[in-house]
Amino acid sequence: MPDNVSNLSEDRIAYLEGLVSQARTAAAAFTQYTQEDVDRIVKPMVLAGMEQARRLATLAVEETRLGVLEDKAMKNMVATEFVYNYVKDKRTVGEISHDPERGLVEVAEPIGVIFSITPITNPTSTVLFKCIMAIKTRNAVIFGPHPLAWRCCQEAMRVMYETAVKHGAPEGVFTCLESPTVPDNNWLMRHKDVRLVDATGGRGAVKAAYSSGKPALGVGPGNTPVYLEKTAELDMAVVDIITSKTFDNGTICASEQTVVIDDEIYDRALEKFADLGAHICTPKETALLGRVLVDPETGMARPQAIGQKAIDIARFAGLSVQPHTKLLIAPIQGVGPAYPLSVEKLFPLLTVYRAKSVDEALKVCVDVNHAGGRGHTAVVFSRNDEIIRKFSDVIDAGRIIVNSPGSIGALGGVYNDMVPTFSFGCGTGGGNSTTDNVNVYHYLNIKRQARRTQMPMWFRIPNQIYFNRNAVESLRQFPSRSTVIVTNPLLEQIGHVDTVRRNLAPETRVHVLTIPEVEPNIKIVAEGLEVLQFYKADQIVALGGGSVIDAAKIMKLKYESPEADLEELGAPFLDIRKRVAEYPVGKTNRARLVAIATTSGTGSEVTPFAVLFDHERGRKVTLVDYSLSPDVAIVDPQFVMSMPKGLTADTGIDCLTHGLEAGVSVYASPYTDSNAMQAIRLAFKYLPVAYENPQDEEARTMMHNAACIAALAFSNASVGVNHALAHAFGARFGVAHGRANALMLPHVIRYNASVPAKFMPSPHQRAYTAHKKYATIAELLGLGGVTIAEKVDRLIAATERLLDQLAIPRSIADMGISKEDFERAVPDLAKMAFDDPSWRTNPRMPLLSELAELFWMAYRGRGRASEQPTEVEALAYAHQ
Amino acid sequence: MPINETLQEALEKLDGAAGEVVLDFSSVRRVDPAALRMMEKLAAAAGEKAVKVVLRGVNIDIYKALTLVKLTPRFSFQ
Repeated sequence: MPDNVSNLSEDRIAYLEGLVSQARTAAAAFTQYTQEDVDRIVKPMVLAGMEQARRLATLAVEETRLGVLEDKAMKNMVATEFVYNYVKDKRTVGEISHDPERGLVEVAEPIGVIFSITPITNPTSTVLFKCIMAIKTRNAVIFGPHPLAWRCCQEAMRVMYETAVKHGAPEGVFTCLESPTVPDNNWLMRHKDVRLVDATGGRGAVKAAYSSGKPALGVGPGNTPVYLEKTAELDMAVVDIITSKTFDNGTICASEQTVVIDDEIYDRALEKFADLGAHICTPKETALLGRVLVDPETGMARPQAIGQKAIDIARFAGLSVQPHTKLLIAPIQGVGPAYPLSVEKLFPLLTVYRAKSVDEALKVCVDVNHAGGRGHTAVVFSRNDEIIRKFSDVIDAGRIIVNSPGSIGALGGVYNDMVPTFSFGCGTGGGNSTTDNVNVYHYLNIKRQARRTQMPMWFRIPNQIYFNRNAVESLRQFPSRSTVIVTNPLLEQIGHVDTVRRNLAPETRVHVLTIPEVEPNIKIVAEGLEVLQFYKADQIVALGGGSVIDAAKIMKLKYESPEADLEELGAPFLDIRKRVAEYPVGKTNRARLVAIATTSGTGSEVTPFAVLFDHERGRKVTLVDYSLSPDVAIVDPQFVMSMPKGLTADTGIDCLTHGLEAGVSVYASPYTDSNAMQAIRLAFKYLPVAYENPQDEEARTMMHNAACIAALAFSNASVGVNHALAHAFGARFGVAHGRANALMLPHVIRYNASVPAKFMPSPHQRAYTAHKKYATIAELLGLGGVTIAEKVDRLIAATERLLDQLAIPRSIADMGISKEDFERAVPDLAKMAFDDPSWRTNPRMPLLSELAELFWMAYRGRGRASEQPTEVEALAYAHQ
Repeated sequence: MPINETLQEALEKLDGAAGEVVLDFSSVRRVDPAALRMMEKLAAAAGEKAVKVVLRGVNIDIYKALTLVKLTPRFSFQ
């Protein structure tokens, strides 16, 4: 407990403890109420408040000696009727909102016991307002009224309480401190059973609330600047300002304080103010008011003036004014200590400033705003939207009231559609937690029930795929005036380019661009781009393996979107739908891209991927976007009949890896599964045949189709950790991609089929299914086995047999890489593999240590991975 | 019998209770602040007399209200 509460007597503490106990019990009982229960209670409370509005206003004026009875009565009515109009249809119990499309449900939970400080300026209206909010939200409130307003507050609370209990509210739901003191407040604010402090009052009370260590709504003083801009509707503005500033003798903290008036209308504005009952002070009178009304020690207006009439303030200062004077207007030439009246004045005295320009006007408004009014309220009168926008930009205020009165406007619901309130959040500028008009939602803990959602998936493939022998003839149907064939020198030598040329539409002008058979880099792309631009290509035929087709994809991207930043487009991402990089959209399809595959592995002819080698950084950048997908794919086996055996093996295993990884991917779908499974089946059946008998046309055709079909699967389901490992290992040791995949493959199947150390977060997966999907593949291949574990074992064994048939080395060691070199490389390899986006769809989230271990397993070689399952793996199989 | 009266009766009969008192809440939909206060008294008295108070059939809304006034550890629930 703070020092200033230690002098509370035992009796006082017992009294306060009793209030909390009563409120706590009421709050607990209140949790059992339904929405209908609380709504049944709120309505009669509002009617009772309306009924008693004038009487309560009278009590407030009598007790506080502040303000205007009629205005206070109106405030009591706003606090009940307008607030009710806002809350009556609001759900505040249980489920309060439901967004079935997003699977989000908001559920309201009451806070419990709220300790609420209320001000002297708006005593009864604030109590009425908070009582209605509390019942609507099933909370209990202990009121701590201003010491000079506690009797009227207690009476307002009594009216509300008796009506509420009569209609079913729990006993003890409201209590009010008698003869409240600051130590009482401090004690209550820190009580363990008080869940929220809601302080509407002066600086001290608000600061104490925020210092209590409790969640707090602290709403304090302001200093409202008004910009009266030259385009404003002057008559309306003057009436609004007078209405607002004289309302309840200026006690509302949102009321106007300093009006900054454009030079062009300054004199006319002051004339109008004077015509409507304002007294325009001379410089001497202004100085006198500043000396009398502002305490030079604190720099704040003297409390004696608060809520008093203009003529009484004038009299108090020794000024002679007309008896009908309703407002004092004091011209000032600046803001700050040299101009004492530039502070908040909760009485009918308004300062005005003549501004020579918009710039000067805005600066003075900012100065006023920062002289005690940050976060609160500001007002602008203008018909110029740009001025209003600029004013809103530069002024720090929770409420920017436009072309209407500040005080009544800020209350909400009268001049605008803001939420009705008697508590103005001032944001961090005012040391508050909110800029809102405090309302029922601030009296609730809103729980978000988030249902599992499944993002829409996709299956996107090129528009046209032509396959089987002589599919290349389909080229004739595509008209072109200028076609660039992108290929490599070897394919030109062996006559493939001529085959393509013969099959192009007759009128086509053809240029052949040969590029090296290496992964494309910036230089190759740039040179290709120049060729495309020079020949004004309207068709690009990419004839080659993955490297050539990837190069053509990137050339087309740059051809159609020269501004595309390849480095940015290749930036890493976790989820393709949420990545930072933005690929060009709405670009013109200047050139049709026809991809003719001359290997049976990468499937680049249908994929949205392209790999670019970044020489400067010594790394591969993978570009991924469906805009990269070729427009037409030609899968014609005549282009692969001459593939050498090694290339047949490596690319064939790449195809198999695509199928296996897409099959167990967390993005796998029935659409991709059908392709993945078919590709796997074809690869197991025809790859050994194509390898042993390169001229077997059926085997070549089926493997060519398998590569394309696998690519359709992984274009949509993506790949997995096998590719991440292979990319890192291949780049470091210069090993062909397919071969690198082959070295990892059996180990990755074993790895994915065991219980993950870390599951991959994926809303698409309802359970861990990788091992089951491998078992399904084993069934499809007719490998036998009874249990899932046996089937997985047989799939691994079959994969290893296939690799042996293809004469692929059994281990990384067998490739002549020394253990010392490999040991040095493994830490970096693991990091590179981890940074590779390929594993983002792997069913099992790899740890760095696991990646390193997988590299070591590949180093030691196949046949060993399945020999001795680890403890974790054994556990996985035991659970099947 | 309304729950408040039942609680009052239980409080009065606590002296004669032999080790355990069972209160059936299965037909009670809601408890008011007075009932909660009565239950606080009952828990205190039972604690002094080493009598176990068992609440049977308490619905979840009442259970939550009892939790908020920290009474759940002081009763047994069936």
